[in-house]
Amino acid sequence: MIRSSASEMASALAQGEITSVALTQLHLDRIASVDKDVHAFLHIDTEGALEQASAVDAKRAKGEKLSPLAGVPLALKDVLAQKGVPTTCGSKILEGWRPPYDSTVVAKLKKNDIVILGKTNMDEFAMGSSTENSAYGPTHNPWDLSRIPGGSGGGSAASLAAFEAPLAIGTDTGGSIRQPAAVTGTVGVKPTYGGVSRYGLVAFSSSLDQAGPCARTVLDTALLHEAIAGHDAKDATSINAPVPQVVAAAKSGDVKGMKIGVVKELNGDGYQPGVRARFEESLELLAKAGAEIVEVSCPNFEYALAAYYLIAPSECSSNLARFDAMRYGLRVGDVNGASAEEVMNLTREVGFGREVKRRIILGTYALSSGYYDAYYGSAQKVRTLITQDFTAAFTKADVLVSPTCPTTAFKIGEKSNDPLAMYLNDIATIPVNMAGIGGMSLPSGLADEDGLPVGFQIMSPVMKDERMYSVGAALEAALLSKWGAPILSKVPALGGRV
Amino acid sequence: MSLTYEDVIAKYEPVLGLEVHVELNTNSKMFCGCSTIFGAEPNTQTCPVCLALPGALPVVNEKAIESTIKIGLALNCSIAPFSRFARKNYFYPDMPKNFQISQYDEPICVNGYVDVEIETDEGPKKFRVEVERVHMEEDTGKSLHVGGATGRIHGAEYSLLDYNRAGIPLVEIVTKIVPGTGKYAPEVAKAYVAELRDILRSLGVSDVKMEQGSLRCDANVSLRLIGVEKLGTRSETKNVNSLRSVERAVRGEMIRHAELLNKGERVVQETRHFQEESGLTRSGRSKEQAEDYRYFPEPDLVPVEPDAKWIEELRAQLPERPSVHRKRLQEEWSVPDKEMAAMINADLLDTVEATVILGSDPTKARSWWLGEISRIANEQNVSVKELAITPTDVAEIVALVAKGELTDKLARQVVEGVIAGEGKPAAVISARGIKVVNDDSALMAAIEKACAEQPETAEKVRNGHLPAAGALIGAIMKETKGQADAARVRELLLSFLGQA
Repeated sequence: MIRSSASEMASALAQGEITSVALTQLHLDRIASVDKDVHAFLHIDTEGALEQASAVDAKRAKGEKLSPLAGVPLALKDVLAQKGVPTTCGSKILEGWRPPYDSTVVAKLKKNDIVILGKTNMDEFAMGSSTENSAYGPTHNPWDLSRIPGGSGGGSAASLAAFEAPLAIGTDTGGSIRQPAAVTGTVGVKPTYGGVSRYGLVAFSSSLDQAGPCARTVLDTALLHEAIAGHDAKDATSINAPVPQVVAAAKSGDVKGMKIGVVKELNGDGYQPGVRARFEESLELLAKAGAEIVEVSCPNFEYALAAYYLIAPSECSSNLARFDAMRYGLRVGDVNGASAEEVMNLTREVGFGREVKRRIILGTYALSSGYYDAYYGSAQKVRTLITQDFTAAFTKADVLVSPTCPTTAFKIGEKSNDPLAMYLNDIATIPVNMAGIGGMSLPSGLADEDGLPVGFQIMSPVMKDERMYSVGAALEAALLSKWGAPILSKVPALGGRV
Repeated sequence: MSLTYEDVIAKYEPVLGLEVHVELNTNSKMFCGCSTIFGAEPNTQTCPVCLALPGALPVVNEKAIESTIKIGLALNCSIAPFSRFARKNYFYPDMPKNFQISQYDEPICVNGYVDVEIETDEGPKKFRVEVERVHMEEDTGKSLHVGGATGRIHGAEYSLLDYNRAGIPLVEIVTKIVPGTGKYAPEVAKAYVAELRDILRSLGVSDVKMEQGSLRCDANVSLRLIGVEKLGTRSETKNVNSLRSVERAVRGEMIRHAELLNKGERVVQETRHFQEESGLTRSGRSKEQAEDYRYFPEPDLVPVEPDAKWIEELRAQLPERPSVHRKRLQEEWSVPDKEMAAMINADLLDTVEATVILGSDPTKARSWWLGEISRIANEQNVSVKELAITPTDVAEIVALVAKGELTDKLARQVVEGVIAGEGKPAAVISARGIKVVNDDSALMAAIEKACAEQPETAEKVRNGHLPAAGALIGAIMKETKGQADAARVRELLLSFLGQA
């Protein structure tokens, strides 16, 4: 059962073949058995999950009308506030903090009776591409435990690939949903910026952050997308418009007559041969399914990475200022006679990890008077140019595609001391965040040279998220008939028995 | 040897710049739904947003935008079709996010002015104070430093934080530099703040209580030698909590600057704190090294783009301008210029108006507030508004006098009683047993007695020498312990002596 898709589980629940309590318990058992190897979770909320599951079962027994995913368990990235449940963002500075409120995403999950199993590991404050920057130790990729599961949402993606949960929530600032999905053989979507409320999402970079759905199939992802999306008065940047019809698109998977634009700049040099091979193969399958493949050019993408590493650190330097030991979280050095300033300094010194400090310093510098125009100001101009590139490209194609990342999962520790090499991993995912459009990664197969999963990225215009689901569903179906079984059936057996 | 003000203005020209912070009286805070009521238990009016809990997001209070646009319109500003919030980054424990959401280079209102009129040696003169910008921001929390002698952070044992004020909507109104006021700089500064306060009050957007901090003024002052173009170094005086203090602070700073400059020393660019008792300022934070606030557009909020039609609707709803309002009152009440100016200078125009609205004769209302009541305030060394007497009380007393139930003299006793905290006028009258002797037969007895005691005087009156009646009236009033209506006494006396 735990290897089924979320929709299959939902239908088993609806048919009365299993209760939510039993389904939740199966997942809790699986976590107990494999998570010591994978370390996808930072906190397992056994009691809360079972309580929620039994409430859903009771509602079902009473014949109440339930949402499509009611009773299905989910893994929640530890960057979203959940009332009463520890929320650390992978940082020591928030150790022990239990939010007194629910984020809007969590409120919507609860309203949809989706059972929250616990909080998943992540790079500290979502800064990283490997989950190695978690203050609580790295997460391991279920495909090869010596490799990274991507980041920052490595815990959420790994929990799906390890069959610890059929659904997960991630957040994506520069690729933190899509890159982990790519390297774990799972599906992840960054919705249009403003499509899902950021209220209760602990901010890394406010203008780039976006929560989104993760799952093992395109349809499951779409179902979860509709459950968490929609306008929220508590988030001023939330878009006040109907939620795109992503479930319908995922069910139809129709790409006949669609124009699919291959972004010239997001391929070629620096992309692993196996990554390129799988990408070409996917394009052929989409062409066979009736889509027209065209090439588009986005010349300013070249500057996206540089601009991103000015904007995101700038915003983070300000967003993370609130962690000052005054009201919540860690407090260090509060001994007789210490001033507030000394306590703030010591707490931040001890509480933040190296990558977080690096970015705070970078951002503080970029915003400083005298440097602002050259750094933050120029980066904003690049951002506008990137958006214009997308706008122009979308006049030639309905969606744009690229490999999700240049390589498959690298070894834990391999790039820890080379931040630039680490940053390059997000070269294909970052433009999407810069322009606020939607992006999806789904598995396109395994690289011949290392047998590891490769991701295929689909990008759709603002609030046209349904398009990437149509294309994703079409490609998923074509690949499935080619492979005969879902890609995750090839994940090696982990410690426990299934 | 300290300089006199005359010495200062003989040599230097002052340049003013005024920054006024106004707390809006919206029901909820600038970026969350928390209550803004003053004086609640510490930290009871807070939520995830104004405590800056991780993940919480600000949402702009529409009412605050409306109030700010109204202020901008009333100050003759242009309303920007596009303005933005920015983050002002600095660490301080009473600022939960460690940045303040404010407006920086894209404020909502720009380029306005306020005209003020002051008394000069050449009679009333108008000065135009140009407004550079009006922008929105949020207030910080409050720190209370405990232990230590000064109540300041240095030397304190620990500090308490109250976040009730954190996130209260603030509007900052910044003037351009105000040159050309010459020796009237202190009066112009005071008149500007007073006019601003009246405008804000007429708009109903703020409580404008300087003593509670809902209107705060920072006065920037610099001096330059007369005839010199280049501006001198300025100081910024904070903590100026009354109109009178605005005037005193500017004057005091002018003298302090001049003393430094005359000694060949330089003025330090810094904030100064006004000391209410001494009228002097003490040194605060140095601004010699410009602090780097790392401003950048607030990414959690969308730009403010008010609809042009809405702005016109708000413009159409603007109330009468206070200066126009004053002119109208002056005409309606037929008050001479000098008395009008006296009322305004005493900051009692609104009080008198409130009393008139309650039915009092304007002249009577004015003479009570500016006469007896001001005298008592003066004696007690407090401001009239701090006294426990309200326009309602005065209106009631004036009405009782008009009805003949109180004499002017008795009315003064009632006023005294109300101010002494003995209760409302009715309570004072009954507790003190004050009543007019208006029983004509009792008065007649007193009249007959007085005439019998002073037969010669009575005879003079009888013979048509009316001024002599004064002595008789005095005796009668004494006999009736001042409780008689003097006018009635006179009437009855003259009639008794055949002169009516």
